[in-house]
Amino acid sequence: MSVSASEATGANPVAREKIMEVEGLFKHFPIHAGFFRRQVGAVKAVDGVSFDVLRGETLGLVGESGCGKSTTARLLLRLMEPTDGSIKFEGREIAGVKGNELKALRREMQMIFQDPYSSLNPRKTVGSIISDPFAIHGMHKDAGERKKAVQELMDIVGLNPEHYNRYPHEFSGGQRQRIGVARALALRPKVIVADEPVSALDVSIQAQVLNLLRDLQRELGLTLIFIAHDLSVVRHMCDRVAVMYLGRIVELATSDQLYSHPRMPYTGALMSAVPVADPRLAAAKKRQVLVGDVPSPTNPPPGCRFHTRCWKAQEVCRNEDPPLVAKDGGNLAACHFPLSDAEVLERVPSARNVNG
Amino acid sequence: MAARSPLQLFWRRFRKDKVALSALVFIALLILVAIFAPVIRSVVGIPDPGERSTDALDAFGLPLGPTAAHPFGVDDIGRDILARVLDGARLSLTVAFIGTGLSVLIGVTAGMIAGFYRGWVDTVIARVIDVLLAFPVLLLGLGLASACSTKEGCLGGALQPGRTIVIFIIVLSTSPYVARIIRGQVLSLREKEFVEAARSLGAGNMRIIFREILPNLVAPIIVYASLFIPANILLEASLSFLGVGVRDQPSWGQMLADATGKVDSAWWFMFFPGMALLLTVLAFNLVGDGMQDALNPKGNKQR
Ligand SMILES: Nc1ncnc2c1ncn2[C@@H]1O[C@H](COP(=O)(O)OP(=O)(O)OP(=O)(O)O)[C@@H](O)[C@H]1O
Ligand code: SF4
Ligand SMILES: [Mg+2]
Repeated sequence: MSVSASEATGANPVAREKIMEVEGLFKHFPIHAGFFRRQVGAVKAVDGVSFDVLRGETLGLVGESGCGKSTTARLLLRLMEPTDGSIKFEGREIAGVKGNELKALRREMQMIFQDPYSSLNPRKTVGSIISDPFAIHGMHKDAGERKKAVQELMDIVGLNPEHYNRYPHEFSGGQRQRIGVARALALRPKVIVADEPVSALDVSIQAQVLNLLRDLQRELGLTLIFIAHDLSVVRHMCDRVAVMYLGRIVELATSDQLYSHPRMPYTGALMSAVPVADPRLAAAKKRQVLVGDVPSPTNPPPGCRFHTRCWKAQEVCRNEDPPLVAKDGGNLAACHFPLSDAEVLERVPSARNVNG
Repeated sequence: MAARSPLQLFWRRFRKDKVALSALVFIALLILVAIFAPVIRSVVGIPDPGERSTDALDAFGLPLGPTAAHPFGVDDIGRDILARVLDGARLSLTVAFIGTGLSVLIGVTAGMIAGFYRGWVDTVIARVIDVLLAFPVLLLGLGLASACSTKEGCLGGALQPGRTIVIFIIVLSTSPYVARIIRGQVLSLREKEFVEAARSLGAGNMRIIFREILPNLVAPIIVYASLFIPANILLEASLSFLGVGVRDQPSWGQMLADATGKVDSAWWFMFFPGMALLLTVLAFNLVGDGMQDALNPKGNKQR
């Protein structure tokens, strides 16, 4: 009946192999207080997250500030110890690996950081920043060879290889982020996590860096986990998108499914925030704006975590935690009363099926 | 094209500060004077600092003021004040430099360990810092001086009277400040994303400490050292003034102590060592301020 349902099945990525499998991941940051520093609670930054990452795909991770995106990324890359849960990389459990095994794992997964200022050591030249991975892993021991490898990387990310000896402060934000990309590529990793790689950049240069990432992902066959706090950026980049809210994944779908028929009211609200090209079309919709603050992750609401802000909330939402299961159109969503196509049409101006 | 390293930028900004630059030149000259004090003495033609020139005392045995033979005059037992001021520069500078250097070494190590590893190590180091900062330094100096004034010294001979005690006291009072500053810096540096980036590349703790964090501490270390040196020159002078310091070699503080009570009859007694101390401390402070400004210029936020 709906355009979207058929579209969604068609847009499903071809049965790709899983490169990472995340199962029941938790990260609780303890809060200590009082004279004896007793634990009085915990920030439940990641609170039971499960998903797969497919080889060669770009998976978006989206949600408002503080919902646990960066924490999830750090857990995946083993920059933080999970409180509980399993992370598999190419079928192997990596949640507990240490020492040399962990160091070897570092070559497989790399991160591009959010802040192009704080992520580059101001006291090091670009050449030394990009060649650090080689030094750490004992690659390209010959100085000339190392310099050549670094300059190749600089060329790949669109930096002038002549600027090898410059310091980070001599580059613009966009160029700095390219330095970060070059560093992340140096070890030829299979998976790259980009944590809001453009949110600190001028809007005018965001697209350039995004295009670079997308091109590299395609050319090098990388698996990219792309984190963003709004859906507009993700659409351009991702095959699949996971929407996070208060430490949980609340909707997981292909980009096409998500953009044509979001099912979780929270996703709908995020999409309403995406600017629409045609203002008359936008005005005609009941723009659904997110009201209220995100509840504290220390004490998330019972039942559906979104019920304090959801326009569809019912009694059952306050008591029962909805599981993340397939809904109409193929989206996985954690919701007792998912949006219908009619509601999507009425409330989400940017949803694709309004044009069809 | 030449790279503009942070150090080069720093120097370029520092150079614009003419006052600080003159102070730096003054310090450079002072260091030369301290090193070549014996040469300067023979060139100027003045006696050794310990030598008593009886001919410079008048018929009543009172010292004469500045003359051609003794440009800064002589003291009450006929010792040439210029020679003693020159030699005092040697003592002041060596004691202050060695004391500050050791303090930086100890303070940076302790502060780095505390800030980087945190946990109980940090708690212990932070408490030790608090305790040391609560010590009344001058009283401690007086106590130590009397306790260690025997030939064998104290702490199993490690603390000999004189120069070693002065340096020990300087280190004891300066290194906790250094440690506290460095600890704070490291606590914030370790949270920077470039440290996390290094970790995600597979770098271990040692590499992160020496290659990522330490280079960022060089500038603050230089600035704080340049501010601790004058403070320690003053501390050495105070200790010598109180009789704790070095006895076998002239020091400005000791000269000032000797001069108290004779200011009316022989102004040069107090004036020249006093001026030497004042100018030296002032020059170091000006250089320290200049460095700090060059490092954190207004409107150019350090990230
Ligand atoms: N090291 C930490 N210690 C304590 N709490 C933390 C720590 N890191 C993150 N948190 C908390 O965990 C929650 C999730 O943080 P996280 O950085 O993962 O959010 P995010 O989705 O990346 O947000 P943003 O869009 O602002 O980057 C927040 O409430 C944050 O305050
Ligand atoms: S479960 Fe209920 S409260 Fe939660 S999103 Fe769905 S409708 Fe809203
Ligand atoms: Mg984040």
